[in-house]
Amino acid sequence: MKLLMCSPQYYGIEYEINPWMSRSRQSTPQLARTQWQGLRRLLQDQLAIDVQLVEPQQGLPDMVFTANAGLVYRNKFIVSNFRHDVRRGEAPFFAEWFRQQGFEIIHLPRDHFFEGEGDLLKYGDRWFAGYHIRSDITGHQNVAEIIEQEILSLELTNDWFYHLDTCFCPLREGQALFYPMAFDSYARQVLDNNIPQLIAVSEEEAAKFACNAIVAGDTIVMSEGCPKVREQLESLGFAVFETPLSEFHKAGGSAKCLALIIE
Amino acid sequence: MAQSVVEISGHIIDSLILPKVLDLIINLGAEFEILDIKIGNRRADRSYARIRIDAPTSALLDRVLAKLKEHGALPVSEESESALLEPAPADGVFPDQFYSTTNLTTWVRVDDRWIEVAFSEMDCGIRVDPQAARAECVPIHRVKKNDLVVVGHRGIKIQPIERQIPRAGFEFMSSAVSTEQPKGILIQEIAESMKQVRREQGRILVVAGPGLVHTGAARFLVRLIEDDYVQVIFAGNGLAVHDIESALYGTSLGVYLDKKIRALEGHEHHLWAINAVRRAGSIRQAVESGLIGKGIFYSCVKKGVDFILAGSIRDDGPLPDVVTDTLQAQELMREKVRGVSLALMMATTLHAIATGNLLPATVKTVCVDINPAVVTKLTDRGTFQAIGLVTDVEPFLRALCQSLDLEVAG
Repeated sequence: MKLLMCSPQYYGIEYEINPWMSRSRQSTPQLARTQWQGLRRLLQDQLAIDVQLVEPQQGLPDMVFTANAGLVYRNKFIVSNFRHDVRRGEAPFFAEWFRQQGFEIIHLPRDHFFEGEGDLLKYGDRWFAGYHIRSDITGHQNVAEIIEQEILSLELTNDWFYHLDTCFCPLREGQALFYPMAFDSYARQVLDNNIPQLIAVSEEEAAKFACNAIVAGDTIVMSEGCPKVREQLESLGFAVFETPLSEFHKAGGSAKCLALIIE
Repeated sequence: MAQSVVEISGHIIDSLILPKVLDLIINLGAEFEILDIKIGNRRADRSYARIRIDAPTSALLDRVLAKLKEHGALPVSEESESALLEPAPADGVFPDQFYSTTNLTTWVRVDDRWIEVAFSEMDCGIRVDPQAARAECVPIHRVKKNDLVVVGHRGIKIQPIERQIPRAGFEFMSSAVSTEQPKGILIQEIAESMKQVRREQGRILVVAGPGLVHTGAARFLVRLIEDDYVQVIFAGNGLAVHDIESALYGTSLGVYLDKKIRALEGHEHHLWAINAVRRAGSIRQAVESGLIGKGIFYSCVKKGVDFILAGSIRDDGPLPDVVTDTLQAQELMREKVRGVSLALMMATTLHAIATGNLLPATVKTVCVDINPAVVTKLTDRGTFQAIGLVTDVEPFLRALCQSLDLEVAG
């Protein structure tokens, strides 16, 4: 497994684009750096995952959430079209990084919003996509054509769970975590129809970003503070690693948001 | 009967998007006929449907189309079509079927490019200058003959907003107005927003009715003005009259505010107050001459806070500052809402709705009234971003000042 991360050198709450963010509840830069380093070391040193780094940019505090940069599919990098102006500046820096690594860079039509892996997660041989709050359904239709794979779009209805990766986490074929109150009834039905073992996360642990976990085979990396989910995952045979990420929760992100899957 | 054809494609079967779209059409009160459907043979193949929608009215059809758009069902070839422009037939008259605006951020497609529409305001038309690639909201009375105006819904795109004031905790009780809501948390959030606006040197607008003076709450507003939490005030004749009456005579509508008893012949006080200001020439002149020495409008003059008093048909006097030409008052208000990022509406129905009509949906709007119907009315008339607090204005302002750490005597 190979992941892309970005140092939180310029991370902070500089604007409010989701209900978690409040400029009056700032992050502590030193603690954010320590927590991010903790995650990186866990992935790289303990779990031997290849972690690549993209240079952070001043004035783009959310670049640390690399999962939203776009989608990597084989040798293609589909660049995000962020819904909010304040994040649009990130896209060129991510595109340039992937271009330098030899990827084919693909841009979607400008008026179709798409926020990368934040709203698009692979499950077996198909993908689930979240739409309505950040990404547009039309954005995902474009991506489906490019990658020639099935994408099932799920309507997100709860502003607190604005990206799919905050309320849904595919584990392995037939298993996934989800927070039911983040979806409309059709989306819940689609998940139910397609995933035999669907594990509902409590409101309390969903708010601790239990679903925003990195899954690497039988290993799961997640924020600390979700004992019930941890127990369930362990009973399914997963090795669970918890790490403190509270500084990033202030911006509405956790483990998964901090890493983009390159392969 | 109004009719339109939409297309939807993608993985619309397994994702239940197609059944959802069809349910939406029925639930909104329209009917559909599937004109064409192609189901993908393999999992990765796209499916496609072409659907005709029949609605009893064109207004309902527009609602259905707007809703379907969010789920990826688009009117046929709409994405590449430019907006239809027609010249205004006369000054103050839009072409028939003109596009009537929302208060949301809107784009219009002109000559194959999307232009953002300036000055978001609901219930206006969109005037386009294709040469300059400019588009702006324009109220009906300000359009000039031969101005190019958007007609129909083609080539229009609007951007929904996220909730303006994030609530503490999880918000499953999502109605905008409720007597059941915990007010303390909301007031704390409003105070935080006000602090933030002040820090960023933004503008806060207060819209208030005379109830604010009658309930003895004026002193809290004075304190907010003195501490730079208010940059603009919109009101009617009444607020100013009773504020000045209380500055000159200690009464509001003839009732002593400190003793809560009726003054002898007290009903004359507010008329005498009007007369005194008329003699002075204006509120500013009355303050500068020393006639008015305290109160809301005294503080406004001293702190340089802009105020606009809009007249109505039942006004006594009115005060010389009152703008009695409604259109002129609207224009002045329109000018002053530019740059406002928070609006606090208290104890007024008429002025709250009038102001709500002029505000873009991006302005945080708080409506405080003892009558829940006022907030409901405001949101029903399109100011859906408004957050309502059902409470008397005096305890509200008292709690707000406390949350802002402002001490007010009395």
